[in-house]
Amino acid sequence: MSSSPAALDHPAPAGPAQDVRAVVLAGGLAYERDVSLRSGRRVAEALRQAGVETRILDADADLLAALAADPADALFIALHGAAGEDGSLRSVLELAGIPFVGTAAGSCRIAWDKPSAKAAVRAAGARTPDWVALPHSTFRELGAGAVLDLISARLGLPLIVKPAQGGSALGVELIGSAGDLPSAMVSCFAYADTVLVERFVAGTEVAVSVLDGPAGPRALPAVEIDPASGVFDYAARYTPGMTTYHTPARLPAGVLHAVEDLAVTVHRTLGLRDLSRTDAIVGADGCVHFLEVNVSPGMTETSMLPMAVAAAGLDLGATLRGLVSAAVARSG
Amino acid sequence: MRGTVLDAFADRYAERTHGMTASEIRALFAVVSRPEVVSLAGGMPAVTALPLDAVGSMIGDLISRLGAQALQYGSGQGDVRLREQILQVMALEGITGASADDVVVTVGSQQGLDLVSRVFLDPGDVVLAEAPSYVGALGVFQAAQAHVVHVDMDADGLIPQALSDALVALAARGQRPKLLYTVPNFHNPAGVTLTEQRRTAILAIAEAHDLLVIEDNPYGLLGFDEQVHPALRARCADRVIYLGSFSKTFAPGLRVGWVCAPHAVRDKLILASEAQVLCPPALSQLVVAEYLDSQPWLEQVKVFRELYRERRDTALWALDALMPTGVSWTRPDGGFYIWMTLPDGLDAKAMQPRAVHNRVAYVPGIGFYADGQGVGNLRLSYCFPEPERIREGVRRLAGVIEEELELRTTFLGEAVAGRTRGGQPHGAGDGPAPNLP
Repeated sequence: MSSSPAALDHPAPAGPAQDVRAVVLAGGLAYERDVSLRSGRRVAEALRQAGVETRILDADADLLAALAADPADALFIALHGAAGEDGSLRSVLELAGIPFVGTAAGSCRIAWDKPSAKAAVRAAGARTPDWVALPHSTFRELGAGAVLDLISARLGLPLIVKPAQGGSALGVELIGSAGDLPSAMVSCFAYADTVLVERFVAGTEVAVSVLDGPAGPRALPAVEIDPASGVFDYAARYTPGMTTYHTPARLPAGVLHAVEDLAVTVHRTLGLRDLSRTDAIVGADGCVHFLEVNVSPGMTETSMLPMAVAAAGLDLGATLRGLVSAAVARSG
Repeated sequence: MRGTVLDAFADRYAERTHGMTASEIRALFAVVSRPEVVSLAGGMPAVTALPLDAVGSMIGDLISRLGAQALQYGSGQGDVRLREQILQVMALEGITGASADDVVVTVGSQQGLDLVSRVFLDPGDVVLAEAPSYVGALGVFQAAQAHVVHVDMDADGLIPQALSDALVALAARGQRPKLLYTVPNFHNPAGVTLTEQRRTAILAIAEAHDLLVIEDNPYGLLGFDEQVHPALRARCADRVIYLGSFSKTFAPGLRVGWVCAPHAVRDKLILASEAQVLCPPALSQLVVAEYLDSQPWLEQVKVFRELYRERRDTALWALDALMPTGVSWTRPDGGFYIWMTLPDGLDAKAMQPRAVHNRVAYVPGIGFYADGQGVGNLRLSYCFPEPERIREGVRRLAGVIEEELELRTTFLGEAVAGRTRGGQPHGAGDGPAPNLP
C-alpha cells in the first residue's frame, strides 16, 4: 500500500467551499474534554482557512436546539471519549438526519470497545496481543485473587492494564509484577466498568491514520512514537518536547507496508468511514500487532493524524474540507 | 533520520520549568466548569452576592470622574489612597502602628507571595510550610526552586512542637530555613485556625530561631462567629510579612492584594514588583478604593459570612448524613474549605475519574504537599455552589467513595466495616478529623 502524496486521492472539492457551513462538535463531558476542545479549535481554524464557514458547538443540552435553529451542512465530530466515539451521539445525529464526518453509529460501537475491536481484527487475520476483558462483577463473584492469578499465568508478564473504552492513555498502566495487578485494577476501574488486560509486546509503537477517498481507504505515512520516558502516557502525548515523532516511521519498507496494510484492514473490517487512526506495535521480530483504533483521532498540535497529513504533503484544511464535502454529498 | 519533538525550544527551557507538563488531573478539571458537574473543587468567592448594580454604577461614575487616572500608569508601590485604606482594613485584625509606606499593593496576594519569594529565595533554600499547604504557594516556592519542608498541623493549626522539631532537624543537617509560610485563619485547604496560645508559641519559636514568617491571611474577616483573630503581624511587626487580599472580601476579578512588610524589605518588594508588572492596575485599585469609601463594605462582608456559613452548615450536614464510615473531615469556623480524610488505602487522585464520571469534582490532597503526602485526602470547597448543589455533590461523592471501597474489598481483600450511611456522625466531634496531618 503506497502512501506517497501522489497516490493519495482524497475527495477534493470541485471549487471553493464558501457555501458549505460546518459545525465542529467539541468539549463534551468525557475525561478528554480538554483535548477535545483543543482538537475542535484546530479543526475549526483549518476549515475556516480552507474557506468553510465553521462554528464550534459543545455537545450539551443545547446542541439539538442550536442545530435546529441554525442548521449546518455537516458536523465534524472532534469529541473524544464516550459521547463522541461510542456511537451514542452519532445515533442521535442519524435519527435527526444531520450529516456528519466520520464513522456511522453502529461501527463506532465496535471500534470504541477495545475487546470487540480486537476480536474483529483478529478474526480478519491480523495479530493482536492476547487479552482478557472483565467487569468488576466477575472479579467480585469469582474472587479477584484466583482470576488475577489465572490472567497472569495465561497471558504472562509484563501486562498492560487499560480501560476497555477510552483514549489518551488515561488509566493505562504497564505491570511488571503480578503483585502490582490488584492496585492497577482498582485504578483502572475508576475509568471504566470493564478492564482490558493485555499481554505486553515490546517494540516500536506506531500510529497510522487512514483517510477515505474515491478509491477507498488509504493509509497516511505511519508515525513512530518515541517517548523520552519510554512510556507514551498522557503527559508524553500532550507535552511538546516529551516525545519524538518520526514520520514516516523508521521501519524497513516491508514492515512499513505491513503497518499501513493493517490500518486499512482495520478501517475496512470495522466498517469505519472518512477517517481513523490505528495504533499498533511492531515487535522485535518485525511482526505488527494491532492495539486499538480511534474513530475520532486527536487533532491537537501534538496529535498524530495532522502530522501524518503534513508528512503526506497534504494541507490539513483542504483535507478536512474534503471530508466535510463528502459528508454533505452522502446526505444528498 | 531526525524526528520532531514538536517544540523547537525543548533544549532551552530553564530548569525551573521541569515538571510543567500536561497532566491528567488538569485535564479532568476541564469538565468541572460544565453545569452538569457539581464542583466542590474551586475556591471561587460567591461574587453574585455583591450588589452588582451598585458596583456597576460606581465603576461607571469612577471612569467619568477619574478616567484619566484610572486608565493611566500608576505608582509601583500602589495608590496612596488605597494604601491608607488598607491600614484601616488591617486594623480590623489588630494591626496598628503600620504606615501606608509599609504597604505594597500587588496583583492579588499571589503576586505578593511571588515577590517575597523573589526577594528572599535562592534555589535550594528551605521553606517551612504547614502540612498541607496552599497549592498556589507551593507553586511559587517550586518556581523559586526552593525546598519545602512541611510542618504538621492538627485541629488547632500549626503544631509548635512540630515546628521546633523541624528547625532542630534542619539545624542538625546544617540547614536554616529562610521562611515559615503560614495561613493562620480558616486554612486553605485544612479549614482549621491557629489558636491564640499557639500564635504566641509560634512567634516565640520564630524569635528564638530568627525565622522570618510569611502570614497569608485572605480569609481573616470571614469567621462565622464574627470573631476576628488578631494577626501574627499585630504581635510582631519586624519578623512577620503580612499578605492581604480583597479577593474574598470584595472581588477576585479585580486582582488586588497587598504586602505589609518592614521598610527594608518593602523597598526591595517595590523594585521587584516594578520589574515584574511595572505598577498594579490603576483601574482596579481605584475601584477598590471607591468601593471601600462609598459602599457599606463591612455590611457586605457580613453578607458573605452568613452565606458561607449557610453553605458550610449544608456541607457538614450532608457529610454527616451521607458519608460512609471511615471518612473524616474538618469542621471549619470560617473560610471556604473542608479537608477530608478517606479510609485507609483510598487514593483521592486515582478516584477522581470516577468522581468526574459521577459528575462531582474535588481537589485531590496530594496537590497540597510538596513531598507526595496527601494521597488519602481531598479538599472540598463549599463557597460557590448553592446549598442544594452542595447536598447533591456530597451525595455523589459518597457514592464514589463507596464504589472505591467496594473495589478495594474485591481486589485488595480489605474488609470495609459498617459501610452504612448516616448512623454515626463521622468526624462530627468538636474538632477536626483526628488524623489530619
